[in-house]
Amino acid sequence: MMRPFDPARIVSLRRRLVWQFLVLSAVLVLGLFLVVGWVADRASRASQDAVLGAAVTAITEGIRSVDEGLELDLPYATFSMLGAMGDERIFYLLTVAGQGVTGYEDLPPPPTPATDMAPVFYGADYRGARLRLASVGRMMLIQNRLQPVTVTLGQTRLGQAAIARDTARSAAWAALGFMLLALPVALLAAQAVLQPIRTLADVMGRRGPRDLRPVRHPTPRELAPLLRALNGLIARLRAALELAETFIFEAAHRIRTPLSLVRAEAELALAETSDEATRIRLRRMVRAIGESSRSANQILDHAMVMYRTDQYAAAQVDLAALSRAVLRAIDPIAEMRDIRVTHDIAACIIQGDERMLEIALRNLLDNAIKYAAPEGHVDLTLTCTGTEATLAVTDDGRGLSDDPAQLIGRFRRGANVGDTGGSGLGLTIVTEVAHAHRGRFQLKSGEKGGTCALLHLPLP
Amino acid sequence: MRLAAFAVAVTYALAGPAAAWQSEDERIFGPEDAPQIQVLSVTDLAAFAPVLQDYVTRNPGRGIRYVQASSTEIYAAIHDEDARFDLVISSAMDLQMKLANDGLAASVAPDARGLPDWARWRDQLWGIALEPVVTLASRQALGDLPVPRTRRDLIALLRENPERFQDRVAAYDPQVSGVGYFLIAQDDQVSDGFWRLAEVMGRLNARLFCCSGQMITELREGRIAIAYNVVASYAARFRPDDPDLVQLAFEDYTFAIVRSALVPVNAPDPQGAQDLLSYLLSDPAQRLIADSAGVALIAGTGKPPVPQLRPIRLDAGLLVYDDRLRRAGLLSEWRAALIQP
Repeated sequence: MMRPFDPARIVSLRRRLVWQFLVLSAVLVLGLFLVVGWVADRASRASQDAVLGAAVTAITEGIRSVDEGLELDLPYATFSMLGAMGDERIFYLLTVAGQGVTGYEDLPPPPTPATDMAPVFYGADYRGARLRLASVGRMMLIQNRLQPVTVTLGQTRLGQAAIARDTARSAAWAALGFMLLALPVALLAAQAVLQPIRTLADVMGRRGPRDLRPVRHPTPRELAPLLRALNGLIARLRAALELAETFIFEAAHRIRTPLSLVRAEAELALAETSDEATRIRLRRMVRAIGESSRSANQILDHAMVMYRTDQYAAAQVDLAALSRAVLRAIDPIAEMRDIRVTHDIAACIIQGDERMLEIALRNLLDNAIKYAAPEGHVDLTLTCTGTEATLAVTDDGRGLSDDPAQLIGRFRRGANVGDTGGSGLGLTIVTEVAHAHRGRFQLKSGEKGGTCALLHLPLP
Repeated sequence: MRLAAFAVAVTYALAGPAAAWQSEDERIFGPEDAPQIQVLSVTDLAAFAPVLQDYVTRNPGRGIRYVQASSTEIYAAIHDEDARFDLVISSAMDLQMKLANDGLAASVAPDARGLPDWARWRDQLWGIALEPVVTLASRQALGDLPVPRTRRDLIALLRENPERFQDRVAAYDPQVSGVGYFLIAQDDQVSDGFWRLAEVMGRLNARLFCCSGQMITELREGRIAIAYNVVASYAARFRPDDPDLVQLAFEDYTFAIVRSALVPVNAPDPQGAQDLLSYLLSDPAQRLIADSAGVALIAGTGKPPVPQLRPIRLDAGLLVYDDRLRRAGLLSEWRAALIQP
């Protein structure tokens, strides 16, 4: 069974490439050594054979038939030449009608008798040495009879073998040298080959956790299947997420409408009844329905923020106008709770998603009003520096008891909220909007008690 | 056997019932009880003794048993009779070459710095001395005649004064002497004029000798006037104290034989042989050898060779001289020139 994450099994492609190069080069060097050795051996053997053949022919030419028999003047220069390449040992034999006349009489005869003037070449072991022999035969009139004369000449081939060996060795050294020169090149090549993989890994690593766009990075053809599989996976994941979000969106939406109907009916019933017990029950009902519909709204908001983050398209947003609009919309709730809302809004235009920013701001104010002291005070300040716009929402409520970072998590609520209803989604939504705009969301205790929520948005 | 008739009838020096080979002299150098390197050599004991003495002095733990024999005896001993020696030294280059070619010489690796390439064959045959071959003349016998400078001069001299040189010219007998045959073969190869010289010598009824030593003795005693082809190192032993001897190194060409050493494959002590060989090729030994030979083999160890000196190369070409047919042909030609009716 493969255990893909066993660290011992994790291989480096680069090391593997270099190793393969080294092994291949070693095989090539060996191959070159053998091939050059073989070729050099063949070439030098052929030229040596030519010399040997010429020598045996020259000796045969020197045989003269005379009255007393035959005369042979072994040519000194021929022997000297034969021995020249590496001081070879030389053996020869002259036979007439198969009988040795001069030379080494026990010299091995040719496998097929030489009959015409072309020398017959063969190898044999003689006196502890490997010999290359050439034999030439011809018919001669000796003492008035035509008789076959054979001259055999043999030499060791130590010099020739040494030359072939030297040539092969030189070739191997040269190949080894080239291999050493090629090693850094191979390292660079391995690096270059692996570069696209590294780049792709980099690109993937730099993506945000919610970035589900298909990978459009240019890659070599060999990586295309991987990329296709990756993009397919991303697409499936995205479809699944979208499906879930749509489902949540739909569900919240479908709950909200009947809830407002129920609430309206409950409020009507509250107005019409005079029975105190029923009124108390109806009032609790109305409050619970209010909480539920608020939660449904927040779930809708959250789903909307998620959706718009995926489809994020920045446009020019007049933050001041937006703030005023949200303040107007929130006014009735504040009034209902006798909360005084003040504001200090500077002119500020940013790049962003108006709908998301509106949701964020509404949730901030909604939260502030909810947690403000009864008949308390909520303040919205919009400031605009050179690099960022800051929306600050402060209330005079009970402030923070927990680490602010903990409160931003989904469905988290402070420990001191006890009696106040809430889903715990509000701050999550704000945080996500801030991230979508590459901004920051901060929650801290106010200077005079209460809480201060700060939404920083970068300016273009 | 009819076929035997194909080869010209030969009085082959080596033919005949093979008696055991014979040594001429023998001496032991160094302490009696020390391990001995067995040396079989053609070199005159008296001429070589200083070198061997120097070696045993430098190597106190070593001894040398030196056996002197003629070159043909040495060849027979090693080639045919399986004699056991560590180092074989001979001036008969063709025979040494044949021993090596026939696989009887072992490969050794002595320290041979400066040894010229032509003075060695593979790692089996090592030249240790250069021996010029000269012609000796008696000053007294020449009288007022001019000293010949070339073979042509010599031929003219002999032709013009037959009465003075009749029966008084000496040469090697190639049918008996290995070196003699080898030198005639060289002369035959190098010069056409040689056969005219041979004919002139034949007409003067030249006397033939087996060895240089005898020729020199006869010359010193005044019985002959000119000795052709004498190995100079022999002459060198007498020349300084005999003002009558004139050494002629002919200007057309003067051969120099390479005296070579080999370690037989069946040497009992090849390491000792290699040591001794290294010593023989070393500077001090080469100085001693060059001093007696009159010319340096390794440059810088003695007198440089004269320009006309023609060293004979140690190579496979030497094998042709030992060929039975070639030998027979050459000897019959020699007889035809020398032995005249």
